[in-house]
Amino acid sequence: MADLVNLTINGVAIQAPAGTLLIDAAKKVGIEIPAFCYYEGYSLQAACRMCLVEVEKMPKLQTACTLPVGEGMVVRTESDPVVKARKTTLEFLLTNHPLDCPVCDKGGECELQDMVFRYGAGESRFTEMKHHVDEKQWSPVVFYDGPRCILCYRCVRVCNEGMGVGALGIVNRGVNSEIAPSHGDHLECDECGMCIDICPVGALTSGTYRYKTRPWEMKHVGTICTFCSNGCKTTLGVRDQQIVRGNNRDRSGINDEFLCVKGRYAFDFVESPERLTSPMMKVNGQLQEVSWAKALAAVAAKFSEVKGRGGKFGVVGSTKTTNEENFYLQKFVREGLGTNNIDHHRSGDLVTLIDALAGRENALASVGDVYNAKAALVIGTDLSQEHPLLAFQLRANYRHHNSNIYMVTKGPVREDAVAVAAVRAEAGQEIAALDQLREQLSKESELLVLFGGSVKGEAVRKLVAFADSLGIAKIKYICLVDYSNSRGALDMGLLPDLGPGYKPVDKAGLSLPQMMAATDLDVLWVVGANPLARYQLASKPFVVVQEMFLTETAKAADVVLPASNAYEKSGTVTNVTGEVQKLHVAGKTMGTKPDLEIIGLIAKEMKINAGVWSSNAVFEEIRKAVRGYNIPLPIIATGQAAQTSPLNGRVPVASAPELIQPAGNTLFTSGSLGRYSKKLTSVLEYPGQLYRP
Amino acid sequence: MLFNPPSPLEIKVLTKRFGLPNSAHIDTYLANDGYQAFVKSLDMTQDAIIQEVKDSNLRGRGGAGFPTGMKWGFCPRNSPKPKYIVVNSDESEPGTCKDRVLIENDPHLLIEGVLIAAQAVGAKAGYIYVRGEYRYLIDILDKAIGEAYAKGYLGKNILGRGVDFDLYTHTGAGAYECGEESALLESLEGKRGQPRIRPPFPAVAGLYQCPTVLNNVETFAAVPSILQMGGKAWADLGVPKAGGTKLTCLTGHVNKTGVYELPLGFPVDKMINEVGGGMRSGKKMKAFIPGGSSCPVLTGDEAWPLTMDYDAMAKAGTMLGSGGVIIMDEDTDMVKAALRIMHFYQHESCGWCIPCREGTTWIKKLLTRLNNGIGTGKDIDLVGDLANNMLGRTFCPLGDAAALPTASIVKKFRHEFEAKIKSTMVAIPAAANNPFVVV
Amino acid sequence: MTFSPQLEAKLEKLINSYPAGRRKSALIPMLMFTQDEVGSVTPELVNEVAKRIGIPPVQVDEVVTYYSMLHKKPMGKYHVQVCTNISCLLWDADKLYEHACHKLGLGHKEVSPDGLISLEEVECMGACSWAPAVQVNYDFHHHVTAEKFDEIIEALKKTKTQ
Repeated sequence: MADLVNLTINGVAIQAPAGTLLIDAAKKVGIEIPAFCYYEGYSLQAACRMCLVEVEKMPKLQTACTLPVGEGMVVRTESDPVVKARKTTLEFLLTNHPLDCPVCDKGGECELQDMVFRYGAGESRFTEMKHHVDEKQWSPVVFYDGPRCILCYRCVRVCNEGMGVGALGIVNRGVNSEIAPSHGDHLECDECGMCIDICPVGALTSGTYRYKTRPWEMKHVGTICTFCSNGCKTTLGVRDQQIVRGNNRDRSGINDEFLCVKGRYAFDFVESPERLTSPMMKVNGQLQEVSWAKALAAVAAKFSEVKGRGGKFGVVGSTKTTNEENFYLQKFVREGLGTNNIDHHRSGDLVTLIDALAGRENALASVGDVYNAKAALVIGTDLSQEHPLLAFQLRANYRHHNSNIYMVTKGPVREDAVAVAAVRAEAGQEIAALDQLREQLSKESELLVLFGGSVKGEAVRKLVAFADSLGIAKIKYICLVDYSNSRGALDMGLLPDLGPGYKPVDKAGLSLPQMMAATDLDVLWVVGANPLARYQLASKPFVVVQEMFLTETAKAADVVLPASNAYEKSGTVTNVTGEVQKLHVAGKTMGTKPDLEIIGLIAKEMKINAGVWSSNAVFEEIRKAVRGYNIPLPIIATGQAAQTSPLNGRVPVASAPELIQPAGNTLFTSGSLGRYSKKLTSVLEYPGQLYRP
Repeated sequence: MLFNPPSPLEIKVLTKRFGLPNSAHIDTYLANDGYQAFVKSLDMTQDAIIQEVKDSNLRGRGGAGFPTGMKWGFCPRNSPKPKYIVVNSDESEPGTCKDRVLIENDPHLLIEGVLIAAQAVGAKAGYIYVRGEYRYLIDILDKAIGEAYAKGYLGKNILGRGVDFDLYTHTGAGAYECGEESALLESLEGKRGQPRIRPPFPAVAGLYQCPTVLNNVETFAAVPSILQMGGKAWADLGVPKAGGTKLTCLTGHVNKTGVYELPLGFPVDKMINEVGGGMRSGKKMKAFIPGGSSCPVLTGDEAWPLTMDYDAMAKAGTMLGSGGVIIMDEDTDMVKAALRIMHFYQHESCGWCIPCREGTTWIKKLLTRLNNGIGTGKDIDLVGDLANNMLGRTFCPLGDAAALPTASIVKKFRHEFEAKIKSTMVAIPAAANNPFVVV
Repeated sequence: MTFSPQLEAKLEKLINSYPAGRRKSALIPMLMFTQDEVGSVTPELVNEVAKRIGIPPVQVDEVVTYYSMLHKKPMGKYHVQVCTNISCLLWDADKLYEHACHKLGLGHKEVSPDGLISLEEVECMGACSWAPAVQVNYDFHHHVTAEKFDEIIEALKKTKTQ
């Protein structure tokens, strides 16, 4: 702990650690010093001059954003000279700022509006011509309105420092200065929209949201993004049942304000015209719309018939459905249908890791650890593309804590720029390459190891052995899995050989490829997955599919049941680091039902009591049945994340590394889901788009 | 060669070689005491060199007037980082043209000053940042640097004394702001010439975040004579607290405009009437700017009794500045002058901070209007008020530089603004007789 | 893009003037020197310089648009720059500039149709004691009167016919 310094702000005696900036010290005691350019976590600018304060014994007003606290300092943040300075700075700022607040996207949540309201530059003495330039479009999602820009340079810094992309610059001089995109007239970047989000005014606006609504007409639903495994909180702005915006301005959740292009813009799959809104059954080889009652009755009748004659079921679970749905599904399948033939698309070898780490405590890292670890070793993944939040945290860790980062990847990656060492190794050869880093790594006092899906089976055990041999006291791991609830699918036991909490079952069922290859499958039940995009069916079973879209698998179905998605239901999901968070309903699509309800209704129709199909009730069961899930409810109820740890004893099953297939998604793709987001496809089709380091 | 006939009242210390045949050549330089001070410095400790400079009361000649010895003393000599010498030859302050004359006539004097500074702090490399417009000076400097390398005054193992020093020229590309030391460093690093947050100051974290001694051309050029004469003797040329001579550029309405080396504390009247040969056409002096257009403007009456030194000028409410004396006679249109000065700062404002970027633009628009006689008394007040609103609140001194002359002109020559408005005023019928006014 | 051998040699020397890893320092001089040869900072030149320095083009653009001597559009073969700043103004530089506009038939930053001459009203160029001053490319002309200005221009025009 740094030495404490005594100072007085507005007559209040306070203490702050030496080196603290005055603006932060004041904030800690509830005194807000206004600023546009100052932004916690990014480099200092002292450009907007709004945070000027009066400090005794200093001749001029000082910028609180650059002045460290000093012993005996006497500061006034709202004295007459300070207020006058702010008022006149605002007057200057408004001279060339268009007063088009009535049509500006930012109106109502604009920091400039708030500041003018507070310091009241209500009357303008400016009677000259305003400086004007036309608005520009830089990409499908980024628009820039120069005159509105107050040049706080937040966007430049978040892109450069936060994202590691550096796609924005400042061009021209003086009053003509403006922000410019990376390639003359257009952007080649992540399209993450962080620049838009961080803009205090309406200078940067988003292609999805602009001119759609006023901010106060929306209700804001904080839920979890359904696109990748990182588990970012996205606050969806909903108007008239329609999602019009995604951001995380309230900085709740494990991602603070970070979101990537998918979390921020790709929610529009929800309202895709291709969305299924009615159950369908195959009549004469054609899928036809039918009522829910008819479809459910047909499914139940078929399931009962096959169960009755001891026929063969194959069940494929989802990597995107909730923990409750996954748990309920495997329970119904195991107890109700009497089979262990259940599996899902596995993208990382967590099972072997849990076995290799048996008996250890605190060996699995959280997202917070990625920001705090003193050293990190990243193996076999393009983190910025596949795990954008973890990459963002890793960069922030480097920026704020100067952590040592080691990269072992196939090709060059963005993280190389902040790494102390970067080693190239083909997929599957990463472990052999680790020895090159042994000397450097063994000097670390703690280490965080992140590994992708190419490290599986024995390689995971070798990796753990290698890390153990370094003599580092504190080592934590993240096994990278790829989809929004990949982790939950594993934890809930959507596996033929392991039940919830990685408890082995008596008699292992068929794995996903085995089901596909079986010649005598009677029923294939697919809940939110698209196995036929990757496999061919060897037999001709009765196929039941719960889906949002007519995917390859749904097209082959005998019955299709239209499902809701993560933004339309409640429940919990578990992210890549085992952190459980709650979903909240943002909107509904008529005709669809959540998978939990669909499974419940099938069970009811079959007269099987699988328990109440409410997510709260099922989660209570999960807390009792699944190792590590006995988490404090208030944490998730208040929108926070609770980390679970499945580590305990050995997992006595043979890992099947061949079943692990990393998704290999980029920032702009997300398996079948991404295809149905117009925004994401428009970004993909935009020329010269994909940013590569 | 660019120099004006010298005045007998000059004390020629820095300019003593001006007018010698081939004065820029190293042979001329060596034949006239050249590099003797540097040779002397090789036998001095770093502390002793810095002490001499401190004793000389040399203050930065770029305009800010910060004590040079103290600045060198701030440089952490035991830092493991490389140290750099950077010469500010981005002479852009309107009214100032002395560094140009110094380099053109005697480039080796600058090189020697840099070498001594390098000795004082243990620097191994230096850069001379020359404004883009002075391209021919870069050629002169490159030639002189080449001569110095050839004679063993630059490079490895200088004069066989185990000292290494490399010196390079670096061109700017047209930006007044780069005369500000931290902006100059940004520019030297290949970025936009925007000033840095200070502290840390360049002495501690300058070029490439390494300890850096950064001074104006004239400041470095003064150092060889300080070492040769001894700091105290050099100080005695000037006034207490400000030693030596200062290159003074006489510009505007005097008969003999030119660059003159005058001791600090030289009387203004003597400078204009004797050195400058009196006011042009015998007119009266209306306004006086002591050191570049950034200084508050004095009226003629205020200026006549003053002396050219830091304290006297500060007491009179202005600054000694860069040495660019601007003299305006009774026929000068002060509104136009104010506009031209603001036009400059508006053009050169880098745009980084709000008060300067928007303030200079607004005031320029107002002054343009007032210069055309369009406006009211309120507009005149507004100019002064806006200038004061910029003052002391901008990121770097450019805001003050724009505000100070403007505020002083509005205050001291308000009647000229009013006269312009009056001269173009259209007669408006009294309200009672005006059909457009509802009484 | 390749430049003349002389310029290539100059750029090579330039790059070596800065410490290892500080290549970006060469950016502004490189733009100035190459602009002299190419005529203006073309998009092609921006990319070339970015490549040689090893920085994204946007960082070159940031600099090009900041410095007043770097031009994205070509100026004339002879770029005539008239200072009208305060010290020159006191010697009637505003009238000289007006004369220049009439004489050349050009306004601020305009280029003659044959590309020979361009005109720019510039800020203080450091010739204050020899006002009013004009710069043609990098050459200074001092105490310029209307007559002297005409002589300068006529001399420039003659170079075309030669």
